Amino acid sequence: MKRRAIVTVLGMDRVGIVAGVSRVLAENSVNIEDISQTIMQDFFTMIMLVTLDEDITPIAGLQDKLNEVADELGVKITVQHEDIFRYMHRL
Amino acid sequence: MPMLINPEEIRETIEMIQEQRLDIRAVTMGISLRDCSDENGDKLLGNIYRKVTESAKDLVKVAESLQEKYGIPIVNKRISISPVSAIAESSDLEDYVPIATVLDKAAKELSIDFIGGFTALIQKGETPGDRKLINSIPRALAETDRVCSSVNVASSKAGINMDAVLEMAGVIKETAELTKDKDGIGCAKLVVFANIPEDNPFMAGAYHGFGEADRVINVGISGPGVVRATLERYPDVDLMQVAEIIKRTAFKITRMGELIGRESAALLGVKPGVVDLSLAPTPTPGDSVAKILEAMGLEKCGAPGTTAALALLNDAVKKGGAMATSSTGGLSGAFIPVSEDLGMIEAAEAGALSIEKLEAMTAVCSVGLDMVVIPGDTSVETIAGIIADEMAIAVVNHKAAGVRLIPSPGKGKGDRAFFGDLLGFAPVMAVNPFSCANFVRRGGRIPAPLTSLNN
Repeated sequence: MKRRAIVTVLGMDRVGIVAGVSRVLAENSVNIEDISQTIMQDFFTMIMLVTLDEDITPIAGLQDKLNEVADELGVKITVQHEDIFRYMHRL
Repeated sequence: MPMLINPEEIRETIEMIQEQRLDIRAVTMGISLRDCSDENGDKLLGNIYRKVTESAKDLVKVAESLQEKYGIPIVNKRISISPVSAIAESSDLEDYVPIATVLDKAAKELSIDFIGGFTALIQKGETPGDRKLINSIPRALAETDRVCSSVNVASSKAGINMDAVLEMAGVIKETAELTKDKDGIGCAKLVVFANIPEDNPFMAGAYHGFGEADRVINVGISGPGVVRATLERYPDVDLMQVAEIIKRTAFKITRMGELIGRESAALLGVKPGVVDLSLAPTPTPGDSVAKILEAMGLEKCGAPGTTAALALLNDAVKKGGAMATSSTGGLSGAFIPVSEDLGMIEAAEAGALSIEKLEAMTAVCSVGLDMVVIPGDTSVETIAGIIADEMAIAVVNHKAAGVRLIPSPGKGKGDRAFFGDLLGFAPVMAVNPFSCANFVRRGGRIPAPLTSLNN
């Protein structure tokens, strides 16, 4: 089943964050639909809207793989189903 | 494709979960045991074990899958059941400790944190089943780890059953004595209630009411840390704006409960129950209701102004929460357990917070005198008096209130009792030394207030 999820990356800015995260997503057949990125005082925040096929890439499995690259890059990466954000802020 | 969700909102959500410890405090499955009764005690035990383990076999799995899907922690997975006193009454069991043992076994096998419903409802009087249950409570709580017990001794319609109040004071003392090697932890699993809700997802007072469906999912939310962090950003705004900020935050927190409740019920194939609009603290630093009150401008929780600040908080939480879900229930309000809230513990140790002030605070929020440790040598009559006062507040104000007192054996004022994990630790609080023995020993029932005649 196709699902939309939000990937957030938080941490100190450095070379290779976008490349590292995108590589893991591509390897797992996750499509990036939109990216929003800001850097405030060296603090890097990236939000990605992605689609994934739950039958091929379950969110839990993707989180594990992103945790590996997060350790390498020294950032925190979270993947969450998009509904949590819709539900929290909208009726 | 444009990003339909505002990046600022995404950042806020992430911050609430990762920095401010927003979580879903409890997903509680209510299970009716009405089809478990049997004359034969062994059959009854088998029926209860089967019904509970089959009904909740996927509860933990489903909660964990939602935790991964949405990236929000679901801290406790729990079960509430029909009052054991009613379910066991027609059986030939002489005491109900074996039922508690079976429930404990089922909870452990299912990896459930707590199972509530070792319960009797005796606000007006008791039946043989109620009697056996009450006699079994001290041993049931001493011999099990995860079973919670509650006894409703008062209601706005019935008044206060003072015989039951005195009796429960004795049960509390006996339970403390039987668990004295752990500072009286048995009492942390026992609550004496007025106007007990039938759909409460929180322990120790959760039970599955007779008006409920066969199985339901009730959700208890949390998030004192989020409210505190948000308020701290606005140190100078007036109280109308404080209420507005709390309301908006409560809305967001409650939406999480609504999402998880709806989806877990659907995945488990049971009815969605209620979202309990609660601010439930934990002993983790920052996750404190007392600290919210202090963020409003009090030097310490318990200072003059505390009751007013809590009234504002409690009301705003309900208003924000009520917009976020149409299915509210349980206790719905701010919780002020002493041992489970670091700010409360600090306030009690600093001498800012007394039992009397706590009692006043319970008039304007949910729960009651919760997780209050008192000297181990406090008399049964004095405990009964403290319970009766709290019951009176609840009965007259048409609200729920529970009393969870721990007369910690061998401990006196200035000592601490330790319970571990979510139950935390607490300083022993002083009790008024004057006697109420002749009052509580009169027994009988305090009639229902005039305001109960509202038909």
